[in-house]
Amino acid sequence: MSDNDIVVTGLGATTPLGGDVWSTWNEMLAGRSGVRTLDAEFVERYRLPVRIGAPLAVDPADRLPRGVARRLDRCAQAALVAAEQAWEDAKAADQADPDRVAVVVGTGIGGVRTLLEQAELLDRDGLRQMSPLTVPMLMPNGPAAHVGLAIGARAGVHAPVSACASGAEALAWAWRMLRSDEVDIVVAGGAEASLTGVTMAAFARARTLSLRNDDPEHASRPWDVDRDGFVLGEGAGILVLERGEHARARGARAYARLVGVGTSADAHHITAPDPTGRGQARAIRAAVRSAGLDPADVGHVNAHATSTVVGDIPEAIAIRAALGDHPVLTGPKGALGHLLGAAGAVEAIATVLTLRHGLVPPTANLERLDPAVGLDVVAGRPRRLETAAAVTDSFGFGGHNIALTFTTA
Amino acid sequence: MTTDTPAAATMSAEQQEILHKLAVIIEEIAEVPADQISLDKRFVDDLDIDSLSMIEIAAQTEATFELDIAIEELAELLSVRDAVDLVLAQRA
Repeated sequence: MSDNDIVVTGLGATTPLGGDVWSTWNEMLAGRSGVRTLDAEFVERYRLPVRIGAPLAVDPADRLPRGVARRLDRCAQAALVAAEQAWEDAKAADQADPDRVAVVVGTGIGGVRTLLEQAELLDRDGLRQMSPLTVPMLMPNGPAAHVGLAIGARAGVHAPVSACASGAEALAWAWRMLRSDEVDIVVAGGAEASLTGVTMAAFARARTLSLRNDDPEHASRPWDVDRDGFVLGEGAGILVLERGEHARARGARAYARLVGVGTSADAHHITAPDPTGRGQARAIRAAVRSAGLDPADVGHVNAHATSTVVGDIPEAIAIRAALGDHPVLTGPKGALGHLLGAAGAVEAIATVLTLRHGLVPPTANLERLDPAVGLDVVAGRPRRLETAAAVTDSFGFGGHNIALTFTTA
Repeated sequence: MTTDTPAAATMSAEQQEILHKLAVIIEEIAEVPADQISLDKRFVDDLDIDSLSMIEIAAQTEATFELDIAIEELAELLSVRDAVDLVLAQRA
């Protein structure tokens, strides 16, 4: 045990698979998908070619007091629901000095629903119909700020933005703050609720989304030969990260340890990953090295794999280059869809649970593995796996690469 | 500011209509039951309504009654009666 080990003492999530961590995890183990046909008027209004998505299984507004919910964009609602679960789970409420508690909650785009709704109201009905809360509701730091307000965090509240890597990047910053002994606890993760007509149209226009409208449950299929794009989802994942010494002093239960963080940037293209996977490999190597481990120690990778034709293979190349072909892989986006700014955090939670329970969830909908992958990917049923260390990686539009190394507690 | 409370019967029909609509707005925003909202109630002292809620109440009032409330007028809205009077004055 090192002198400043960082442990995970609380988990919280709301996803397309369930309104909390346990229902989400159980659905992942069962290999079920949260993707369905969207029941939204904007699909017809804009004649969208994509009619599927992964909306939250439980409306976060139903899990908050009405007076609180009505002042929050859906993204902040999801963040707050997940954060309250995690904070409660950590039992940290009266056991930490607020001046040494921080929040880091990332998001890809923040309160886009509010922005679009209020723009339409202003345009159609005039200034008097616009909500005076529009600014705090749309600002991307809103989710982080509301979480900080709810738990009374006074050390700092931060909101990193790196597209699909935001949730993982939040955990990376939390780790650095804790390692430098600036804080004792960081409530960290990501949130996204951007299933709107405009956002879907935008992603569809960029030809990034699956068009498997007739078979939504099977549309998100990481590494499958028939994959044709990702599926947009909503969600939030929050972890309570804590200095090990602080956690042990108050008798807190540790799910796992966050032992290393690696970051890099591709400097290659504004959306496509470097096809050689070299930037991603650097991040993974750095995450293992900063943990003081060897690649051979890493028995499992919880991968980013979004189910796109161009993205899934560079990551496989990167994993093989950085770690070898021995790790057992899973691609959680088959079950979850792509939660954008929340993905990295929800997937980190799944990584923690894999270590804790010795179980790797199957990659949902993976029927025929693309031969270019060249790795051992769990599909069909969960696999028992005893390993001390696991890596989870997240990559965002813009070439942002984050890798996190967890070990058993 | 008067201290006696006019009974409901001495309010004009127009005042009653305005009060009723304001009560709906206040109930929605501040979660105060409509039947507790009478002319004499003060927003901060009696109904425990904070400044952010006052801004929302003003915005909804503007939208409902199709009028504008200047920032100085907002600062002077201390009681429900002040709000009713403001609406009446703007309609005149």
